[in-house]
Amino acid sequence: MSEVLLSVDQVTMQFGGVTALDNVSLHINKGEILGLIGPNGAGKTTCFNVITGVYAPTMGTVSFDNKSLLGLKRFQITKRGIARTFQNIRLFPDMSAVENVMVGIDAHNKTSVVGAILGGPRSRREEKEGRERAHELLKFIGIDDYAEVAARNLPYGHQRRLEIARALGTNPQLLCLDEPAAGFNPAEKQELNELVLKIRDQGYTVLLIEHDMNVVMKISDRIAVLDFGRKIAEGLPEEMRNNPDVIAAYLGVPDDAA
Amino acid sequence: MSLTESFRQRTAPQLRVGSRFRALPKSARWSLGALLIAACYLTPYWPDVPVLGWIVNTPGTSFENVLTDQIMMFILVALGLNVVVGFAGLLDLGYVGFYAVGAYTTAVMTSGQFSWPWIAAMPLSILMAMIAGVVLGTPTLRLRGDYLAIVTLGFGEIIRITANNSDWLGGPRGINKIARPPSFGPFEFSVLNAKPYWYLGFTVILIVIFVLSRLENSRVGRAWSAVREDEDAAELMGVNTFKFKLWAFAIGAAIGGLAGALYASKVGFVNPDNFQLQLSILFLAAVVLGGTGSMYGVIMGGILVAWIPERFRGFSTRRYFVFGVVLVLVMVFRPQGIIPRRTAAAGIAEKGDTNV
Repeated sequence: MSEVLLSVDQVTMQFGGVTALDNVSLHINKGEILGLIGPNGAGKTTCFNVITGVYAPTMGTVSFDNKSLLGLKRFQITKRGIARTFQNIRLFPDMSAVENVMVGIDAHNKTSVVGAILGGPRSRREEKEGRERAHELLKFIGIDDYAEVAARNLPYGHQRRLEIARALGTNPQLLCLDEPAAGFNPAEKQELNELVLKIRDQGYTVLLIEHDMNVVMKISDRIAVLDFGRKIAEGLPEEMRNNPDVIAAYLGVPDDAA
Repeated sequence: MSLTESFRQRTAPQLRVGSRFRALPKSARWSLGALLIAACYLTPYWPDVPVLGWIVNTPGTSFENVLTDQIMMFILVALGLNVVVGFAGLLDLGYVGFYAVGAYTTAVMTSGQFSWPWIAAMPLSILMAMIAGVVLGTPTLRLRGDYLAIVTLGFGEIIRITANNSDWLGGPRGINKIARPPSFGPFEFSVLNAKPYWYLGFTVILIVIFVLSRLENSRVGRAWSAVREDEDAAELMGVNTFKFKLWAFAIGAAIGGLAGALYASKVGFVNPDNFQLQLSILFLAAVVLGGTGSMYGVIMGGILVAWIPERFRGFSTRRYFVFGVVLVLVMVFRPQGIIPRRTAAAGIAEKGDTNV
């Protein structure tokens, strides 16, 4: 039995009268890719936001590495080892690609105002190592040629990849990808799948939100399915393919069966 | 293509002074820089130089005094406000409050009952302004955008009104007999000779530029940029946004306080009317006009905002019309300011990707 890295226990998230997540429990094992799927509005991104501390859940707990994340600030959760990308790209548009990644790397750096002004050995070392590491990550995701280009001027696909590099910069144990292949054509999707697998093989654990069933089925180790804020199924990809609840959620229930 | 667009496109590449300068070999950069600094130290003598003198002179007012009482202050204040507005992207409409705290601290400590020496009052003025920044920032930096602007606007007014109503701050009459900097070798700080104030002030400006460029090109500067560009994303990438915003406020306030303290010790007299809301607006105008986020830009902005009304004093009250026209023209033709913040945008030309 593999080790549990993150567990979401009976989380309910309400916004006024709307229940976005209803008593959802799921867990992620170390080193796996967990695909989180579901129709639009199912609560996938809300689930991400609860995990990364954007929202405090109405009820339930989230624990990471056996320690509760509740009450931690967002940046503290990032420092604990959870990093994410965004469904709508949210890079720092006027900063260059390499600077974007360095912001992530800075999460674990210590240089503060006084150190930066004095330019002491630590700040110089962190600066140098941070830049090298940022270029390494840009190479890893394949856009190092664009290191000095402002994020806003990168082609769309590169922006999506840069978000992944920036998240990896924070040196996470768990990488949460929110529809990283949105808007990609099949060839680009294929490349991104390979990248996600490569990231997993480097020892990162990945939580992946994805609409495209083919993509999720192909690369996920396990899959959890949300529908109307409830988890309706969880298991291996081949089990999901034949699960009647999942099929009903995605394709609807035929009239005569209702 | 509109007229303004075509103008922008024609002028933008030609004014790339910064990138041309950086392209020079190191020795050339150093000697050019040294030459520039020397020329700046000699600014009080500029009106004596042919042609240049005709351009810079300020009819009706002594150029030296415009340089020290106006230009020097505006440069420092623009540099300080730029940390808050330009680097961290926080709109502060009450920056004059910090300037006033610095000026009043020096005034109170060096005149009347305390009679501290100038050199001791300076660090205290900076510290007090910094504390004011932290005190204002701690509750208010949870606000964003317009809300922060309104609260800071209120802060600036509170400081002025408090000074106006406090007897120990001299009330509406203010405080006089503020200590001058101690004379130093051949440099005697007196009412009749403003030049030493410029030498002192310009040295302070150089130190501030050095400190700020260290910060800008470090983890701190990156954190500020990240907050400015997307605060939520920054926090989710591990930036302690509140801490860095508070630092921006404190550093900006400290520089504002320093400027105020220098101003007080130059003119020897402060009263609440020196710290009107209008001044906050002019400070912000200097930053925006010069180029928000660009240190050399805001210096240029500070110079122009301070100098234009004095240069055109001959136009009487219509000089503010000239000033307004200049502001509008700059905003139309160079919306990013006279010297825009350097971004990585230059990279696109080399890469050939122009899908902007």
